[in-house]
Amino acid sequence: MAIDILMPALSPTMEQGKLAKWLKKEGDKVKPGDVLAEIETDKATMEVEAIDEGVLARILVGDGTDNVAVNTPIGVLAVEGEDASKAVASAPAAPAAPGQTAPTPDSQSEGMSETSSALGRGGDTSPDALPAAPSIISSRSAHDAMAEIPEGTEMVTMTVREALRDAMAEEMRKDPNVFVMGEEVAEYQGAYKVTQGLLQEFGERRVIDTPITEHGFAGVGVGAAFTGLRPIVEFMTFNFAMQAIDQLINSAAKTLYMSGGQLGAPIVFRGPNGAASRVGAQHSQDFSAWYSAVPGLKVVSPYSAADAKGLLKSAIRDPNPVIFLENEILYGQSFPVPKLDDFTVPIGKARIHREGKDVTLVSFSIGVSYALKAAQELEKEGISAEIIDLRTIRPMDTDTIVASVMKTGRCVTVEEGYPQSGVGAEISARIMEHAFDYLDAPVIRITGKDVPMPYAANLEKLALPSVAEIVQAAKAVCYR
Amino acid sequence: MAVAARKANKSTPNKTPARKATPNSPQFDKGQDLSAYREMLLIRRFEEKSGQMYGMGLIGGFCHLYIGQEAVVVGMQLATREGDQVITGYRDHGHMLACGMEARGVMAELTGRRGGLSKGKGGSMHMFSKEKHFYGGHGIVGAQVSLGTGIAFANHYRQNGNVCLTYFGDGAANQGQVYESFNMAQLWKLPVVYVIENNRYAMGTSVNRASAQTDFSKRGVSFNIPGEQVDGMDIRAVYAAGQRAVEHARSGKGPYILEMQTYRYRGHSMSDPAKYRTKDEVTRMREEHDPIEQVRRRLLESWKLSEDELKAIDSKVREIVNEAAEFATHDPEPDPSELYTDILLEAH
Repeated sequence: MAIDILMPALSPTMEQGKLAKWLKKEGDKVKPGDVLAEIETDKATMEVEAIDEGVLARILVGDGTDNVAVNTPIGVLAVEGEDASKAVASAPAAPAAPGQTAPTPDSQSEGMSETSSALGRGGDTSPDALPAAPSIISSRSAHDAMAEIPEGTEMVTMTVREALRDAMAEEMRKDPNVFVMGEEVAEYQGAYKVTQGLLQEFGERRVIDTPITEHGFAGVGVGAAFTGLRPIVEFMTFNFAMQAIDQLINSAAKTLYMSGGQLGAPIVFRGPNGAASRVGAQHSQDFSAWYSAVPGLKVVSPYSAADAKGLLKSAIRDPNPVIFLENEILYGQSFPVPKLDDFTVPIGKARIHREGKDVTLVSFSIGVSYALKAAQELEKEGISAEIIDLRTIRPMDTDTIVASVMKTGRCVTVEEGYPQSGVGAEISARIMEHAFDYLDAPVIRITGKDVPMPYAANLEKLALPSVAEIVQAAKAVCYR
Repeated sequence: MAVAARKANKSTPNKTPARKATPNSPQFDKGQDLSAYREMLLIRRFEEKSGQMYGMGLIGGFCHLYIGQEAVVVGMQLATREGDQVITGYRDHGHMLACGMEARGVMAELTGRRGGLSKGKGGSMHMFSKEKHFYGGHGIVGAQVSLGTGIAFANHYRQNGNVCLTYFGDGAANQGQVYESFNMAQLWKLPVVYVIENNRYAMGTSVNRASAQTDFSKRGVSFNIPGEQVDGMDIRAVYAAGQRAVEHARSGKGPYILEMQTYRYRGHSMSDPAKYRTKDEVTRMREEHDPIEQVRRRLLESWKLSEDELKAIDSKVREIVNEAAEFATHDPEPDPSELYTDILLEAH
C-alpha cells in the first residue's frame, strides 16, 4: 500500500513552511534514512528523511513551493511489490502518524522542541478548530493601537522573531557597549533563530556563545554590567534561568539599592517564557509573576512584533535590569511594524488594544491573542470587550487598567501562569484598591491551571487558558 | 549523621597541611614593611573596634571580621595597579580598607547611618566604590566569583589591561558557579585572579570535612588554570605570588588561582562561639604566624625602628579608627525618604 509523505512540523510553532527542494525524483528507490527533501521556515532549514523503504512514486508538491501547510501530503511512496505508477495517496488529509516523516534536527539542543505543531492549542474556540492566522491588527482601533507611531508611517510586516533581532542589531550599531551572550546565540544563530545574522554583522567579540552554564554566565553578564557594559543575556528559555535566578535577583536587582545608588546593572535578560507546545512541565512555565514580585527589576512581556521591537530597544537602553519575557509560539507570527529609524515603545505603558464598553480584558504576551478571539466571540453576543495589553508587568500601568474598569465596571484577567499570586491576582488587588466602587462584578482571573504542565495533548490544552473560558467569564461578570 | 560527623571531627583534629616554610620569601625593603604594617594594623584595629561596637549594639545583623587574614588583601593590593578591580564575599571590611575606602564610611555603613558608603542601606556585606574599583561586598556565597569573572570579561571586552581580583573562601570554593566561571575564564582567557582565602573553616565546617580536594590551588586543574598555594600569613609571600598571578592574567594568559593559607582568629560571625576548634589552635596561630607580628618583628630587628616609632604608627591608626567609630556612632540614620530611593535609575 502506498504511503503518504507528509509535510512535517519542525517546531511547536510551525504551521506551514516552504518545500525548498526534492533530493529524490519520481521513480527513485528510497531506503530508510535517505534524505528525501529539504524544507524551510523562517527559522531553519531541515531535511525530510524517509522512514520506509520503497520507491518515490509521486511528487505532489514541487520544488520551491511556499506556504505548504503542515501535514499536507507532499509525495507518495510505493512500497515493495507495488506498481509505483499506480500508487495513489490513500487519504490526502490524513494526520501525520508519528514517525512517518522524521525531521532531523541539526542539534539536540534542549530548547528546540521539534514536536507537533501548535495546532489546536488553547487559542481556538472549539476543540476541533484550527487557529486562524492572527488577523489581530485589523480588528483593533488603529488610533489606540498605534499611539506611539506617527500618522502616515509605512508599516512592514515581520515576525516577532525578526523584530527582536532587528531591535538588537539597531542597538548594537548605536552603542558599542551592547553585546549578546547566551547558548547558541552566535554560530547556531540562536536556538530559536532570534539572533540570526548578528554574528555575521558584529563578530564574535560582541555575539558570544556561552557554555551551558546559566548560573555562571548570568553572573558574568551582571558583573560586566556593573562596569557599564550593556549585556543582552539570552536564556534559551526562562525555564533554564531558574539555575541563574540568584544572580538575577540578588545581584542584578538589588545592587543599586545596596550600594546606595552607586552601582547599577544595565542588563537585559531575554528569552522565551511560558508554555511552548507539548514540552512538558519543566519546559512550560510562565515566570511573569515571579519576576514581577521583585523591586529593582523591570519586567516586560510583549505580544506584537512592533511592541517586541520597540520594547526591546527601550530595555537595552534602560539603566536597570530588565527581564524580557518572550513567547515561543509568537516568534513565528507576523505583525505590522512601523518603518522608522528609531522606533521605541516606553516601558511601563499598557496599550488599549481594542476599545470596548462592557468589560475589560487585561492580558499580556500570548494571552492577548486569546483575549482578541474572545472579544470577537463576545461581539457576536452583543458584548463589547475592551482589551488592555499590559506589555510591561513591572512597573504595572495601573492607570490604564483603572481608567478602563471605571468605564466598563467589569474585568477579566488572562494569563498562562499559575493562579496563586499571579499577575491576575495583582491586577484584581489593584482594581479593588483603586476602583472598588466602580466594580459591578467581582474580577475573574483566567489563568493556567494550578498544575504542572502535562504532556498529553488533551491535558495540556485543558491546563492552558482557553478562549471559551474567557468568553464564559466575560459573560459571567456581565451577568449574562 | 550529624553526630557521626561531629565525632569524626573530634577524633581527627583538623589536619591542614603544614604551612609552607617561607625561608625563600622575597624580602621587603623598609618602606614596604612600614606601609604593610600600617595597612594591616588599620584593618586589625578597625575590626577590633567593629567587634566592640557590635557588642554595644551599634552594629546589627551579620558582622564577619577579617582579623588574622590581613596579609592576604594588603599583599595582593601591592601587586595591583590603578584600574584593577576587587570583588569579594561578605567578609569584606579588610578589602575595602585595603582598596583605600574611608574607614569612617565603612564604619558608618556598619552602624547603618546616612554617611555610610551605601547610605546605610547595604550593611556590613554590601558596600561598593566605583572610584576605588571595589565591586562589593556580596552576601551570597560564591556569587562574587561569576560577577568577578564578568568584570574581567568587561576588561577583556574593552582591552583596557585591567585585572579583576576575585576573592572567595574555602567554603565558596565548593559552589557550582565557581567552576562554571573557571571554565569561561579559561575558555575566553579573561584577566582574573581567583584568590581563595582558605581560613580552614567554612563557618563551622573544617576544610577536611567539606572538601574532597583540600589543595585549593588544584581546583582549576581540569580547566588548565595554574594555581599555587601561598603562605597567606606572610605578606611578602602573598605579594610575590600576587605579582606572578596578576602578570599572568594581565598578559592575556587567562585566569590564575592563588590559595592563600590563612586563618581567622574570630568566629565566622559575631554570634559564633567557634566551638569547632580548640583554643590552642587559635593561640598557636596567633603566636607563631600572626601576619602583623611578623612585620613588626622585622621593623624592630631588621630595620631597627624603636618601640616608640611603632607606637606612633599605632596611635595614628587608632586615631583613624576612633574617629571612624565616633562618626559612625553620631551620624544620623538615613532619612525615612531613603526607603524608596535607589531602587531604579531614571531611564533617559
